[in-house]
Amino acid sequence: MWIKLHKKLRNAGVLGLNERNVSYISRYNKRENFPLVDNKLKTKKAALAVNLPVPELLGVIASPQQLKTLPALLKDHQSFVIKPARGSGGKGILVVSCREGEQFFKPSGALLTANAIRHYVSNILSGVYSLGGKPDVALIETLVRGDQLLDKYSHEGLPDIRIIVFQGFPIMAMLRCPTSDSDGKANLHQGAVGVGLDITRGTALRAVQNDKIISHHPDTGVKFSDLAIPNWGKLLQLAGHCHDFTELGYLGCDIVLDKNRGPLILEVNARPGLFIQIASGVGLRSRLQNIENLMQKDWHVDERIDYALNHFSTNATTD
Amino acid sequence: MSSRAQVYLLALVFISAGIGLTLYKNLALNFPLSPDSLTRVWDVEAKVTFWATQQPIIVDLALPQSQDAYQVLDETFASSGYGFDIRNGDEQRRATWTRRNAGGQQTLYYKLKIARQGASPAPNTPPTAAQIPDKLIWTPAQEATAATLITQARALSANPTSFATQLLKLLKQHESIKSSHSLNDPRKRISQANLALQLLSRAEVASHIVRGISLADRVHNQTATELVEIYDGKNWHVVDPVEASFGLPKDFFIWQRGGDSLLQLEGGRRSKIRFSFIANDLPSKNIALMHAVEPDSALIDFNIYSLPVEKQAVFKLLLLVPIGALVVVLFRVLIGIRTSGTFMPVLIAMAFMQTTLLTGVGLLTALVIVGLWIRSYLSQLDLLMVSRIAAVLIVVVILMAVFSVISHKLGLEQMLNMTFFPMVILAWTIERLSITWEEDGAREVAVQGLGSLIVAIAAYLAMTNPLVGHLTYNFPELLLAVLGIILLLGQYSGYRLNEFFRFQSAVE
Repeated sequence: MWIKLHKKLRNAGVLGLNERNVSYISRYNKRENFPLVDNKLKTKKAALAVNLPVPELLGVIASPQQLKTLPALLKDHQSFVIKPARGSGGKGILVVSCREGEQFFKPSGALLTANAIRHYVSNILSGVYSLGGKPDVALIETLVRGDQLLDKYSHEGLPDIRIIVFQGFPIMAMLRCPTSDSDGKANLHQGAVGVGLDITRGTALRAVQNDKIISHHPDTGVKFSDLAIPNWGKLLQLAGHCHDFTELGYLGCDIVLDKNRGPLILEVNARPGLFIQIASGVGLRSRLQNIENLMQKDWHVDERIDYALNHFSTNATTD
Repeated sequence: MSSRAQVYLLALVFISAGIGLTLYKNLALNFPLSPDSLTRVWDVEAKVTFWATQQPIIVDLALPQSQDAYQVLDETFASSGYGFDIRNGDEQRRATWTRRNAGGQQTLYYKLKIARQGASPAPNTPPTAAQIPDKLIWTPAQEATAATLITQARALSANPTSFATQLLKLLKQHESIKSSHSLNDPRKRISQANLALQLLSRAEVASHIVRGISLADRVHNQTATELVEIYDGKNWHVVDPVEASFGLPKDFFIWQRGGDSLLQLEGGRRSKIRFSFIANDLPSKNIALMHAVEPDSALIDFNIYSLPVEKQAVFKLLLLVPIGALVVVLFRVLIGIRTSGTFMPVLIAMAFMQTTLLTGVGLLTALVIVGLWIRSYLSQLDLLMVSRIAAVLIVVVILMAVFSVISHKLGLEQMLNMTFFPMVILAWTIERLSITWEEDGAREVAVQGLGSLIVAIAAYLAMTNPLVGHLTYNFPELLLAVLGIILLLGQYSGYRLNEFFRFQSAVE
């Protein structure tokens, strides 16, 4: 039975965690490049330096002394997001969608006092959300207003697009849609829906929630098969550039679509997960090996995207 | 060289070095691979007492030698105020204690450690003149009796051994009747063995006395036993002069073969020698160690055994940590179990070793559950993280104290060992699990908590396995092999067991 299962996964080109770690992450991602992507503040600055669009930074609280400046920082903003610079896997993100004076509201409608927010920031500073409890800094960003086209695919939160980029070539993509199960977070382990996307067109392949294939969004009831990401070429461009400014060979680029500003780079992940294979119903290995076997080096971003468009098309299986 | 090739080369070197050194120690230095091989070691104490009479004293004691059946591992002499010397004669080793002047009760000790090592064939060197005892001077009546006994025995026997048996039987019969013809002089109190020797020498059968002790655990104040050994022209045979039976008794340690006396004293009276024994079943390894005191066994010289005993105990535990680490690597890389904290399960397993498994699992679960509950209350108080973890830590300590007192009152002594749980790690784990709870939900907490527990139990089972403990402690070089295996696993790029299920839907 094991041999059969093993063969099946092998033939489908499914990449396992061990192989990802040994053959791709440790081989193509240099240790010295990790701090740039593990710290969202550094990522943001590096992206801005090469004119890539990111959510606007309102302020940084770097030490307990700076907590005093928090009220002044938030004074002019109706909505904002607070996140730890080194939070992993989307941990520790607080979204405030509107406020009335000193009362702040989460997207779910839950009330937060100014004191609660101050305490939340102090928790971030002491390293609750960073790996190993290292002291951290808190970023305050503008709240991204989601594109209307994608609004119907999500419950409360903002859907984001994960693109796997290997040596600068975008090779696989998926859309992560929050549900009521996932509490408005785009966290696949907690019941968000993963929608595999055709890397050449940005259209849905199939949708998976909790490892089961579904056809409609469980909360909004919208059919996934009609889904097409607007401005797909621009997203691929951003993903391709992520390779250039992070110098990571194997990365996951998370992009959100802002109503006004279009696609923005949310963060870059040096250890992207493998759920994308389940969402797409396609294994990563053949695409990775395809690129490893390329003779030509030093491709331009546009050339790499063209190559991906010509080679990594998948036939839709969703109905 | 590619990094992959380097890993394979290193792993090969480490594994072959580890296994090679282990085999060398096993084959060349006799370190047993199995923990069960025990050797019985006797601690023998010979205590010489006498009454000194303010004269120069010379005490002369025959010393035992390594024989085929037993091996002398160690010997010590205790004799304050006495000069001491050992003489290696042709036949025997003898110890001499000397002192110019002493009075009153004197006590000298000679201690030795001996280990059994198989059967003992008697030596077959022919008798020498020195071994033939001096004839006692008997009355004509006694001589006549002796001659009668010898004639009778000769008629009833066919060869030297059967002659000796018959002679001893007749002698026993004769001596049991209190008659004036007794060969024994009541004032001199000659031993049965000496009498037998006298008769045998008159019958011209070469013989000598064998003195020794019957080893028995925890026996004190035993006297030496005298046996007679006769030479039949080819071999020596031991015979018990009282029972007239052949062969060495069970657990008999030969102290002195031939020779005049066990103990000789000048300058004192009422000398006595008494023996005490204690038996220990020591691992054969220790015996091998005692052997290997030759300077060329550098492998042992630069070894854990050269540390003080209490430090060795610490190392015994430390040497098990790599085994725990190996278990963690196996579970994470091959099976894909998620744990809370990478090597936390190893520390938990070490705590289990002190508390025993069931109590340990119960205590840990109780501590974590109560801790999580208290942590969830603390999170409402808006505390800074450091103070919150410190608060959880203190609560954990209080819980441990409460559990300990209650269990002590209930008579459950094992629970008292819970102090071995690494408290800081426990408090930190509680903190992380409660954040996991908030961020990823209760299911993830259950997955990680259970995962940690399963790995900890597996590590515990591996680390408490007697064979594993024996091998890591006595063959620390095996850790090189473990290192090699871990390096190889670090290159493993196959699927994890849980991925067979996880990626099912990816291929359908």
